[in-house]
Formats: sequence, structure tokens, C-alpha cells
Amino acid sequence: MITLTIDGIEVKVPEGTSVLDACREAQVIVPTLCKHPDLEATAACGICIVKINGRMLRSCCTPVAEGMQVITRDPDIMKARKTIVELILSRHPNDCLSCLKNGNCELQDLAREFSLDKDTFNNITPSEKEMPIDDSTGCIQIDPRKCVQCGRCVQVCQNVQNVYALSSLKRGINTRMAPAGDLPLDDSPCIKCGQCSAHCPTGAITEVDETGKVWDYLQDTTKTCVVQIAPAVRVALGEAFGYKSGDLVTGKIYAALRRMGFKAVFDTNFAADLTIMEEGSEFVRRFTKEPERLPLITSCCPAWVDYLEKVDHDMIDHFSTAKSPQAMLGAVAKTYYAEKIGVDPKDMIVVSIMPCTAKKWEIKRSKEMFHDGIQNIDVSLTTRELVRMIKQMGVDFNALPDEEADSPLGAYSGAGTIFGFSGGVMEAALRTAHYLITGKEAENLEFDQITNLNEGAKEMTLNIAGNEIHIAVAHGIKNVSSVLEKVRRAKANGEKTPYDFIEVMACPGGCVGGGGQPLGVTDAVRKARQAGLKNDDRKSKVRCSHQNPDIQKLYKEFLGEPLSEKAEELLHTHYTARPLYNKEDK
Amino acid sequence: MNEENKEKVDAIIRKWNGKRGALIMALHELQGAFGYVPWDEALYLGQSLGVPMAKIYECLTFYNYFKVKAPGKYVISICDGTACHIKGSTGVLEELEKELGVPAGTTTDDGLFYIQVVRCLGCCGLAPVMVINGVTYGKMTPDKVKSVINEWRAKEGK
Repeated sequence: MITLTIDGIEVKVPEGTSVLDACREAQVIVPTLCKHPDLEATAACGICIVKINGRMLRSCCTPVAEGMQVITRDPDIMKARKTIVELILSRHPNDCLSCLKNGNCELQDLAREFSLDKDTFNNITPSEKEMPIDDSTGCIQIDPRKCVQCGRCVQVCQNVQNVYALSSLKRGINTRMAPAGDLPLDDSPCIKCGQCSAHCPTGAITEVDETGKVWDYLQDTTKTCVVQIAPAVRVALGEAFGYKSGDLVTGKIYAALRRMGFKAVFDTNFAADLTIMEEGSEFVRRFTKEPERLPLITSCCPAWVDYLEKVDHDMIDHFSTAKSPQAMLGAVAKTYYAEKIGVDPKDMIVVSIMPCTAKKWEIKRSKEMFHDGIQNIDVSLTTRELVRMIKQMGVDFNALPDEEADSPLGAYSGAGTIFGFSGGVMEAALRTAHYLITGKEAENLEFDQITNLNEGAKEMTLNIAGNEIHIAVAHGIKNVSSVLEKVRRAKANGEKTPYDFIEVMACPGGCVGGGGQPLGVTDAVRKARQAGLKNDDRKSKVRCSHQNPDIQKLYKEFLGEPLSEKAEELLHTHYTARPLYNKEDK
Repeated sequence: MNEENKEKVDAIIRKWNGKRGALIMALHELQGAFGYVPWDEALYLGQSLGVPMAKIYECLTFYNYFKVKAPGKYVISICDGTACHIKGSTGVLEELEKELGVPAGTTTDDGLFYIQVVRCLGCCGLAPVMVINGVTYGKMTPDKVKSVINEWRAKEGK
């Protein structure tokens, strides 16, 4: 342990701790714009400077040393920090009032904290024409004029996600965070996971806001609007209204959506149960009859689908053809449900609320996302967009009653709700696979080994009635390659696959840490949200997808059985290898 | 990428594969072989050396030396060394950029001219100096620019 003094307070921290982190131990908050708890310190912004033994140094990248005397606030330090903020603002648009990040911006917070003088430096922000917005993906919007060159987006894209869509081009004041060759993001390896938007301190990278579209649909009296909410939304949305991460606000979200004017409020968790029926059956079929087609790899994460189609397309045959829960709900809403209530699917609007930016891409990704020429999901909003809508509609969210979801696509099992975190899809699938293989209900429903979020790639071998099932679970795309490499090596050597079933979620933590979730995510937040979903599962009366009575009814009345012709038509999709970059000329 | 180009890149890959810090040297050689760093060849090189295109472009755009677009058929080097600068090279460059419609460091849309600003061509007595494909133009003034460019356009029948 190292002992140092911070603003006169003696603290002891482990060797290797940064001065910035040590300050926390002394309850001192040193401001920073570039350092994020998920990411390495890069000393990019300079706002975290402190005086160490009299010298001004950046605290994020200075390790503690025995006997250090640290001063975090004095007139020199405050002047230096203020100047940095003023310099950043001299090349930043003054349009906070119309910025998506208004009220939720780290730069705005700093500006307020330093009570800046008006226009110390001339504003030299380039025009929008010189630095156009890139919204080519339809999911993520990059406004380079609002970039403060902190480098978080590039670090998360390259080092955490292994996607390498964004790069730090040029240098000095001309530095830009953009794809190689200045290509539009949509022509780059971008998988739309949105982790860049979740880590951007300003309005430079955000989701593409589609709330206006949804308000328009809700106003249109010729349309029947229905909505679904994804598992991870219910444990994160409350954060914007003063709840703790992980607090379940499911009932209040249902109530808010109903007051917005949605005719039916459904739950993606119901469709997660449906996905388990299809994907679980697919697994059992391969496991028992087609072992050469193992491993089966989950496909409910659209960012992962995008990555696999671009990078790991040699694995397409191993990809589950089962659609994601979002897509399944859309498909049954505009067929089964539309028929039930006698509405022409053309006049039905399905909106989804997702923790995810890539879900906006998923709703158009292949022809299977349409039925009879009609798009199954009309708009996919992120959790952050729903927060915005709830604030716009003028209700006291915290005082709303806890309501229930609508029938027939609203009831869910505990297995459905755990889709929202890494390992949860696998746990849910195993609960049902046990039943499908043995005809008996599983006794052990929880597998902490694969749902713990401390490790990026997790393994487990499960014995179901004498059958050993080898499982791997990866979250954060960076962690996928080691798993797939083992599969490739075994295939190349003609050996048995090391894994039978692999779950992948693109975002660290899974959907609880999704790119469309409320900002400020850290490992502690991811774990708190996961605990909320586990709690939701444990208090559910039904904890296995195949036991959900409304799922049983859907098969009985409409689909027949899992993997039936009708189920294949509505609930399954296919994948195509695509190039990493779309670039026409050289 | 054609076979001939692939062979050129393969030779560079063979030389640098597995060596630490090889990227910048390999990119130098790529530019040496093609006059600039072409996209497809860079992508192929990167995949072989295990370097993502994002990293390659961070390097290419950091250094002024690298070109990511084919330079024009006629390379105009305009000197902005001390002597030329004092003698008014700025005005000549401005006129050049106006005449060709592109900023320094880029190639005209028809692929004919590439403007590069250099520091000292070694003939300060002729300041301000401009060289086009080895032909030196001394004591340049902004009003001479148009006629010099037109000489080269005439070669192309334009």
C-alpha cells in the first residue's frame, strides 16, 4: 500500500493506482473529460491536472508514489482547467438548447462548474457544411463539430469491441474520429452497437433520434399503435427519474406507454420466451440429430449478427436462424395479433423500446423482417429516446401506478427477462433444453458460472441426463475471437467441437450495458441492472419459457409447434457474408 | 487489385510479416511502389500483417508524407521555404489553388495536377520557385500562374 496526502487528507491505496482514482479515496472529485471508468487513461483532455509536489501533472495517468503531496484545487489549477474548457468551447457549437445531450453532457457540466466568462476566445467552430453530420447508419449519429477529441469512442470501438470502425484521423486541431478513408459510418466495419454513443461525453455521438416519428404515428387516428419493451429497459430507465440502477420500473413503463396512446403494451420478454422455444428446439435438434452442425451460436444480438456477417462469416452455418425477440414480436403482432383484433397489418404500427442502437438496423436487415411487403417493426427506439418521450409527455413518472402488460403478447417467464444480461439467454435456453431432452423440468435453474460479469469469456459443462453439453458465453466483441478460434482449430483438425452452444452479446455485460441505455454506465451499474433482472426472474411464478401459458396458447392457436413450417416462415431468418468495407473506387 | 499489384504487395508483406513496428516501414514501401497508398492494397497488406484499416489510416493521416490518393500526372512543387516565402510564394500558391480549384495536398478532379508545398528546392536565387515534373519556374508571380498551367494543359490537348 502507498500512503499519500491529498488536499491534506492522508490516504492509503494499492501500488499502481492513479492519482485520479486515489482522490476518490479522499472523497475528492477531480473533473475529467476523457477518462472513463471503462477505459484506459490517455491524458487527452488535461482537465484532471493537479499539483503533485508542486508540479502540475495530469492525475489520470500519474501513478501514486509514497509520500506524494497532492493539491487538487488552487487558483493556478482552476485557471488552467478553465482555460482548457474555454479552448474546447471556442471550437464547439453554441447550440446546447437544441442538442440531444442538453442536460446530460459532461462538457456542459464542466462549463457550469467553471462559471466561464463569455467568449474569452473567438469561436472558430467550422460550419456544418465543412463538417457534416454522419447519420448514414440510421442508428448512430456523429456530429464532428461537437467532438472534444477525448478519444473515448475510438478506444471503446477498437479496444473493447474489436470493431475498428472508428479511428483517430489526422492530428492536432484537425483530429477527427471517423472511419478509415473518411467513409460514411455505414460503409465501415461499424456494427451499430452504440458503445461510442454510450461513452461520448458530449453530443458528438448520439443515437439517431426517432421520437418525432413515434409521436406522429400516435397522432394518426388511422393507425393502431402497439409497443414492446425489451428486458434490459426495465432496470435502467428508472435511472433518469431518480431510481437506482437495477430498480424495476416495468409497471410504470407500461403505464406511461399506455398514456402515450399505445393501444396495446406488449413485452419483448414474451417474445424472448418464443425465441427460446425456437432456438432451444433448434439446439436440441442439432445436439441429438446433427452433431456435425454444432456449435449453435445465438443470434439475438443484432450488433453481433452484423459483426459475424462481416468478420466471422465462416460461422454462418452455426448461427441460430431463430429471429431475435424484437423481430419475433413484430412478426406475431402483425399476423396473429392483427388477425385476432381484426386490424389490417398495414394499419398497425409496432414500436419497440430497446437498450440498443443496432436494433434500429435489425428491423430492416433482411427480407425476413418484412411480411407480405410490410415491415414488421416500424420504429425501434432506445431507452434514452423513451426517457425523452416520457419527459415530453408531461406525466409524473414516479407517481404512475404499476400496470400490467396486455394480452396476448405481454406475459413472460423469468427466462424471458434474463435475456437482458450476458449468460441469460444461455441460462434460459438450458432451462428449456433440459425439458426438451429429458421430458422433465430442470431442478437447477441458475448458472452463476456463465452469468457472472467479471469475465469476458466464460465456459461451463453441463450434464443433462448423461449428455455433456459444453457451453461458452462471451460479451464484448473482443472476447468472442478466443472462443471462435478454438472452434475453428477443432474443425480444421477434424476434431469434435469444443463447444456445443455459444452465446454472444456485443456489449459488455450484455443488453444491460447496451449502447442505447442511459448514460454513465460502469461495471457497478451493469451489475446492479443485472441484479434487477435476476430479481425479476426469481419473483416470477413461471421461470421457464415453455411453461409460459401464453406461449403455449400461441403455438396451439397459431404456430403449431416449434420449427413448424409456419414458425420457420415467421420466426426464422438467414445470414449473408458481407464485406468489411463498402468502397467503390480506390 | 490485379495480379501484378498483388505480387508487389506480397513482396512487402514477406519482408515485414512478423516484425515488430513494421507497419510504417511497410507503408513507406507501399507508397514507394505505387506513388501513393492505394486502398485495396493497404487493406490487403493490413489483413496480412494483422493491422486493421483504422490503424493504417491513423498512421497515414498523421504523417504529411503519406498520400492516400493517386497524385496527379503533373506534380507541382511550390516552395514555401524562407526565401520563397519572403519573395511572395503565398500569393503564387493562392493563385495556383484558385486556378486549379483544389487546395494544396490534393489532386485536381481530372487527375492531372497535384499541388504540394515543399520547403526549399535549393535554388533560392530564383525565389519564389515552382517545379512541375522536373521543369523549374523561377521568379514566379501570381499573374504568371495561368500561362504556366496552360502550357501543361496544352500537352493534354486541353
